[in-house]
Amino acid sequence: MHELIFNTKLCENCKTLDCIMKCQYIEMDLDEAGREHAKILRGEESRILKDCVTCYACEEYCPSRNHPFYLIVERQEQLGIHPVPKPIEKSQVIMMGPRGKIKQKELKAPVIDMCFFDIMKGGIRGKLFEGATTIGGSDVFCNLMFLHFARNSTIRERLPLIMDNIMKYYLEPAGVKEIICYHDECYGTYTSWAPAFGIDVPFRPVHLFDYIYHKLIDLKPDIKPLNVKAAYQRPCSNRLCPETDHFVDDIFNLIGVERPKRTYEYKNALCCGGIPEAAQRFDLVEEIQRKNVEDMKSTGAQYGVFNCPFCFWTLAEPVAKAGMIPIMMSDLCLMALGQ
Amino acid sequence: MLDQEIIGKLKTILGSDYVSDAAEELFIYSRDQGVQDPHMPDCVVMPGSAPEVQEIIRLAMQKKIPVVPMGGGLLLSGLTVPLKGGIVLDMKRMNRIIEINERSHYAVVEAGTSQGMLDAYLRKHHPGLKHSLPDAPPSATIAGNIAIHGSGHLSQSEGGFHSEMVTGLEVVLPTGELVKFGSCSTVPAWFSRAPLPDLVGLFLGWNGTTGVITKVGIKLYPRPSLHDVMVFMTEDIDLAPMIISRIINTEVAEDINYALAPKPDYLNGFQMTVINVTANSEAEIKMKKQIIRDALHDFYETKEAGFMPVPPNMKAGFLEAPQKALSKFADVRKGGGFEYVGAIMPIEKIPEACRAGMEITARNRITYSLGARIIGRGHCAMFFFAYPFNRVDREEVERVKKALEDTNKTALQLGGIPWKAEVQGQQLILKQMEPETYRVMKKIRDVLDPAGIMNPGNWEVG
Repeated sequence: MHELIFNTKLCENCKTLDCIMKCQYIEMDLDEAGREHAKILRGEESRILKDCVTCYACEEYCPSRNHPFYLIVERQEQLGIHPVPKPIEKSQVIMMGPRGKIKQKELKAPVIDMCFFDIMKGGIRGKLFEGATTIGGSDVFCNLMFLHFARNSTIRERLPLIMDNIMKYYLEPAGVKEIICYHDECYGTYTSWAPAFGIDVPFRPVHLFDYIYHKLIDLKPDIKPLNVKAAYQRPCSNRLCPETDHFVDDIFNLIGVERPKRTYEYKNALCCGGIPEAAQRFDLVEEIQRKNVEDMKSTGAQYGVFNCPFCFWTLAEPVAKAGMIPIMMSDLCLMALGQ
Repeated sequence: MLDQEIIGKLKTILGSDYVSDAAEELFIYSRDQGVQDPHMPDCVVMPGSAPEVQEIIRLAMQKKIPVVPMGGGLLLSGLTVPLKGGIVLDMKRMNRIIEINERSHYAVVEAGTSQGMLDAYLRKHHPGLKHSLPDAPPSATIAGNIAIHGSGHLSQSEGGFHSEMVTGLEVVLPTGELVKFGSCSTVPAWFSRAPLPDLVGLFLGWNGTTGVITKVGIKLYPRPSLHDVMVFMTEDIDLAPMIISRIINTEVAEDINYALAPKPDYLNGFQMTVINVTANSEAEIKMKKQIIRDALHDFYETKEAGFMPVPPNMKAGFLEAPQKALSKFADVRKGGGFEYVGAIMPIEKIPEACRAGMEITARNRITYSLGARIIGRGHCAMFFFAYPFNRVDREEVERVKKALEDTNKTALQLGGIPWKAEVQGQQLILKQMEPETYRVMKKIRDVLDPAGIMNPGNWEVG
């Protein structure tokens, strides 16, 4: 079985412990952080393992890219810590599992991998996605969400089959070598989680924003600048691929969207609250949603922009109630294209 | 077969458009969606007014022709199937909404008024008011539902079965008299059954054997502007009574439903308690949800149970009344067959009822959905054993019939009482009933219906 490639020495020699000290949800001084961190390295219980919001941010904070969050998940699973109530966890494991119902279908590039969110397929339309075909559903679902459930084992077990399905049923017959990852979660799986566990990815993953940005360049003459202000809700899984975060600004610049400075963005982004809700941390949900939405609103943003459907479902209502329009990034771009 | 003279008299009373003895129409009225054997009526009529009902009943009494009153025809247990032939009295034409009293919170409707009609009317003309909707299709009638002690989405918070929400009745007796019961018998308003001797019960739960309801006064309730749902998920059936009681005791849950089913597979083995809350402000709904969470805090702290995040598409389904998901489930086997054994029982019996339901369905090789709606702030539960089947598959129909029989027996053994029981179920209940109780029932029925014309075959000892 694929094990986490983790360099203990890097952590032991770390003087800053950014993974803990920059955490927005767990407060401790450097001494305590050192002690708790050491416990985790030794495989012992630590309050970090219980208090972790599973926002993935420490993956980005670690200057050595040593995968502190994947280690947290490993330890939670080894020690039987369940961030989410067991019936919900078990039900989700069944719900999201591959069904073996995959069938070959006619595809041509660009192939958009909708992750589990086939329900969002309606957004793949217009000039932005002209000629695109989609794949999605449980048989091609990356399963990275189980990081929130302390279940690296589930991802480990399913990912080889999932990638095999994508290749065998979709990409190989179509002669396509890359997939556009609709969700950061899939992109993070193939560019961060899989390498961290020594798993080879047989295709080239492309981040949706990378695709959209380059498509917009091609469509530049058609763009009518929107001249609006927007706040962006960065999803947790973008922490696994921070190198793609610049595309938000790049795309906004192309479509004439101003991104006023706010407190909770880029490295300082806040969770949408969906996962803490599943973890029954209701006070925290209220606090972070309030801080997040008030922060968006305070910038004068007219739009709250999302890429993660789960963030959208969680925050769309509070954003709308605060007087902003919740919208997916792809739809915002289609608006700029007059569609 | 009714002779043409009687058909002619019925046509004189109602006009020829509203009387039929055409075979294709009699076929429709000879059955419902359940597994009970069909019985052909001799004639189907659709009266348009109480005086017309009186004339029909007088004719039927004189000729000793059975009469079966029918509302939406959605009973599933064959209570409007004419066991001994005769006239089916389809009440759907009598669907006028006569009065909405905003200040005293009641509606007066004719007996054929459907749940959907009253709901739509209130939403349009009195948006601050609502009535308790059952999870039957919207074509179910108000009168039919109260007559079978139905329940609905306000049964938990607003006082119990829909029959308990009745403020008055107008009834055509089996001897043809038109009689009012409740305050409307004495003063013009339909506000209450008290303080008069309560005779309304003579027509509730009697399966149409004591008269024909022509008008109903029914309680209305405030319709708060905000509505939300919480879903508490468990894996241990034995926790159900405790969890449900905790939620009831908060006094803030409008509706509480408990459910388990083998499909979809990700819910197999898990139970969901669905809690509806309503409010008039964000602050109120937040407070109510917090109170409910606090009541279950120790359960979710252990991570052995917890509140399931409900995405918007799923939430929309939970917020519906009636629940379309139930209608969808009813056709999960295709072929248009659905049996639903309701059993009114104590809340503490829910775990045993669940186990019994799973055992019965496994033994009879049928699929199921089991669950309960909490009634009257926890005074009892309407437990449901729902069995969809393919009507074309005769072998499956027989297995469902057997399951139905087993379920009725089990419900009684558990200390519950089968709801709107089919004739065989009625026999089981009567066998277990105190003999003096049954004798009083018989005396009342003999007094009210001396010719024995009203829905014969129901509530009779064989």
